[in-house]
Amino acid sequence: MRNPQLNQHGELQHLLTLDGLPRNILNAILDTAAPFTEVAEREVKKLPLLRGKSVFNLFFENSTRTRTTFEIAAKRLSADVVNLNINTSSAAKGESLLDTVDNLCAMQADMFVVRHAASGAPMLIAQHLQNTGRDHIHVVNAGDGRHAHPTQGLLDMYTIRHFKKDFTNLTVAIVGDVLHSRVARSQIAALTTLGVPEVRVIGPRTLLPTEVERLGVRVFHDMREGLKDVDVVMMLRLQNERMNGALLPTPQEYYKIWGLTAEKLALARPDAIVMHPGPMNRGVEIDSAVADGAQAVILPQVTFGIAVRMAVMSMLGSR
Amino acid sequence: MNILISNGRVVDPANRTDAVQNVYVAGGKIVALGRAPDGFTAERTIDASGLVVAPGFIDLAARLREPGYEYRATLESEMEAAMAGGVTSLAIPPDTDPALDEPGLVEMLTYRAKKLNRAHIYPVGALTIGLEGERLSEMAELVEAGCVAFSQANVPLVDNTVLMRALQYAATFGFRVWLQPLAPFLSQVGHAHDGEVATRLGLSGIPVAAETVALYTYLELARLTGARLHITRLSSAAGLALIDQARAEGMDVSCDVSINHVHLCDMDIGYFNSNCHLVPPLRSQRDREALARGLAEGRINALCSDHTPVDDDAKQTPFSESEPGATGLELLLPLTLKWADRAGLALLDGLARITSDAAKIVGITKAGHLSVGARADVCVFDPDAHVTITREGLRSQGKNTPFLGMELPGKVRYTLVEGQVMYGLSEQQKVQSP
Repeated sequence: MRNPQLNQHGELQHLLTLDGLPRNILNAILDTAAPFTEVAEREVKKLPLLRGKSVFNLFFENSTRTRTTFEIAAKRLSADVVNLNINTSSAAKGESLLDTVDNLCAMQADMFVVRHAASGAPMLIAQHLQNTGRDHIHVVNAGDGRHAHPTQGLLDMYTIRHFKKDFTNLTVAIVGDVLHSRVARSQIAALTTLGVPEVRVIGPRTLLPTEVERLGVRVFHDMREGLKDVDVVMMLRLQNERMNGALLPTPQEYYKIWGLTAEKLALARPDAIVMHPGPMNRGVEIDSAVADGAQAVILPQVTFGIAVRMAVMSMLGSR
Repeated sequence: MNILISNGRVVDPANRTDAVQNVYVAGGKIVALGRAPDGFTAERTIDASGLVVAPGFIDLAARLREPGYEYRATLESEMEAAMAGGVTSLAIPPDTDPALDEPGLVEMLTYRAKKLNRAHIYPVGALTIGLEGERLSEMAELVEAGCVAFSQANVPLVDNTVLMRALQYAATFGFRVWLQPLAPFLSQVGHAHDGEVATRLGLSGIPVAAETVALYTYLELARLTGARLHITRLSSAAGLALIDQARAEGMDVSCDVSINHVHLCDMDIGYFNSNCHLVPPLRSQRDREALARGLAEGRINALCSDHTPVDDDAKQTPFSESEPGATGLELLLPLTLKWADRAGLALLDGLARITSDAAKIVGITKAGHLSVGARADVCVFDPDAHVTITREGLRSQGKNTPFLGMELPGKVRYTLVEGQVMYGLSEQQKVQSP
C-alpha cells in the first residue's frame, strides 16, 4: 500500500502525518521554512508563490490559533483564503464529509487545510480526491483526532533545530497526555525519523497509549527520572475534560506529580529548552515561572509555525 | 426433479467420505450415492468431473438486514448472495429493527424466506426484549415460531442479574444461548484493537479484556445455571484459552470464529480502511494465528461469515464514525479453503467447520451431510479456480469487505437446495471464469 501522502514519484502530494514520512522530505520542509522566517521581518510580508490559488480552511473542530496561523501563512503566500467552521456534533449529522468536500471542489479549491475530531478524516479526503482523479487538489492535515498534527510536529522540529542545531545527540522528553495527543504522535514520528537517539515519554499509565514503546520511545512514569539530563522538554496540553474522572483524580494531584516546575526542570541539562504546543494550562501542566522563564521557547514556536506552514503550503501548492 | 450429479469428488465431512462417486437426488432428498437406485432416471445431469460435491454450507451468522435495514440489504439480495456462495442454511442474528423478540416477527421472516425458496433460515431469537437487557423474551414461543437459539447479538448485556436469569430460563427448556463476549463499557470505548496499530493511528482501543472479562462472566454464570452456551466470534488468543480451560474442567461449551478474524489482524487496517472496522475488532497477528490454529485443531468448532452488509455511505466516513461490519456470504467458501490450505488441513476437515460442525451448533440434523435420506442441499464447486473479489462480482447488496481486490480459491458452480438447482453457472460463464 502506497503512503497516501506521496505521489508515484515519492513527492509530497498531501501532508497528512509525519509517521512514515522520509527524512529527506522532513528536512526539505525545514530547509524551505528557513527563509520564510525572514519574510516576517520585512515591511511587506508577502510572497507571490500561491497567487491565484484558493486555500480552504476546513475546520470541523474549533480552533482559533491553528486556523489563524494557517490563514496568515496562506495570505503571506498571496493565496485567497476561505475559512469554514463546520461544527459537527456526531448526533446532528447533515451533509457527509465527502459531500462537503465535493461541493468545495466545485468552487475550485486548490488546497484544503483540514481539522477534524476523527482520526483519519484528512486521509479519507485525500484518498477520495485520488480516487476521483483530482490530483491537483492538496490536503494539509491541521489536526485529526488523536492521530496527527503534522505541521505542529514540524514547527517543533524547526524550533529544536534552531536552538540545538543537530538532532543526533539529543535526549528529548515528551510529558503528559500522550494518549489523546495528536501532537505527541507527530513529534515522536519526526524525532525518531530525524535520528534523535533517545525519545522519552513521561506520564501516568492512564495517559500513555498501549504499546507506545513500539513507536520507538522509552517510557517513564517518574517525572524526575524522566527529565534527568534531557536537552528538550516538550510539554503537552491536558484537556479540561480529562482532569477529573477515571483518567486522573484531580488537576492538583497531576500538577504535583507531573507539572513542570523550576525544581523539576533543574534535573534536565542546564541549557535544556522547554516547549509547549499551546494553549497552556498554567498551574496544571506547567508552572508560570517555567512558562515565562529563560528556557521557554514557546513564543518562538508560534512564530516558526507560520514559516513552517508557509513552507508546506508552498511546496504543495506550487507543484 | 431427479438429478444426477455425476463423477464429482464427494467430500462429506459428517460421513468421513472423500471419494469420486455419483450422487442421486430425487424428491428433494439424496436418494443414493455411487450406484443408481432401481428405476432412477435422471431428468438432469450435472457433470461434476473435476469438481467437489459437498453438503451446502451452514453459516452461523448472516445478517439479511430485514426487518428494518432494507436500505442496506434485502432478503432477496442476500439470498442470491447465499446461493452464489453455496450457503444453504443461515442462522440469523436477532439484531434487526425491531429485534427478533416476537414470535410474529420470526414467523414473518421465516415465511418471507420460504417464499423466496432459497437458503433455509434459522433465526436466533433475542435473549431480551429489544436486546435491551431488561426483560426476557418469550423464549418458548419464539422456539415454536422457529428460533434455534437466543442471543444478544453485538449488544452487551449490562446487568449480570438479567443475564443470569436469562440463562436460567433458557436452561429450563434446554435452549441454547449464543453469546458474543463483549463486556459492557470495556467493549464500547473504542474502535480498534488496543495495540500498536491503534496507538499509531490514534484510534481509541478496545482491550482484549473486553472479551476475557465477558467470558469469565458468561462461563461462570453458565456453570451456575447449567445453560448450554455457545460463544460467538472469538477474537483473541486469551479468549480461546479461557474456553479451553472451561472445557478442561468438563464444561460443554462451543465457540466459533469469523472468516475475517482467521485471516486478518489489526495491521490490515492500514491507512484507516473502514472495511476493517468490525465487531469484535481485528486483533494482533498473534491472536489471528491462535484462532486459525484453534480452528484447525477443532478447539474452535465452526467458521462463519458474520455477514453484515453495510451501505457505502456508512463506510465512507472516518474509521471511528463508520458502521462496523463486512459482507461475507460469498467469501465463506473461498476463505475456508484458504484457511484450510494454510493450516495444512485436508479438504474434508476444512469443510467440516462450515458443514457438519456448524450443523451441530445450530441443531440441524437433516442437512450438513450427504447421507441417503438427507435434505439435498448441495454445493458443487471448483476448488482450483481462483476468483478476484470485486464490488461488481458480489451479489450481496453489501459491497464492503476487507478482501476486495484479493484473489481467493474456490468457485461455486452449482448450489442445490432441497434438490432444486438454485444457482448454476452456465457453460459460457465457466469458460470465462479465471
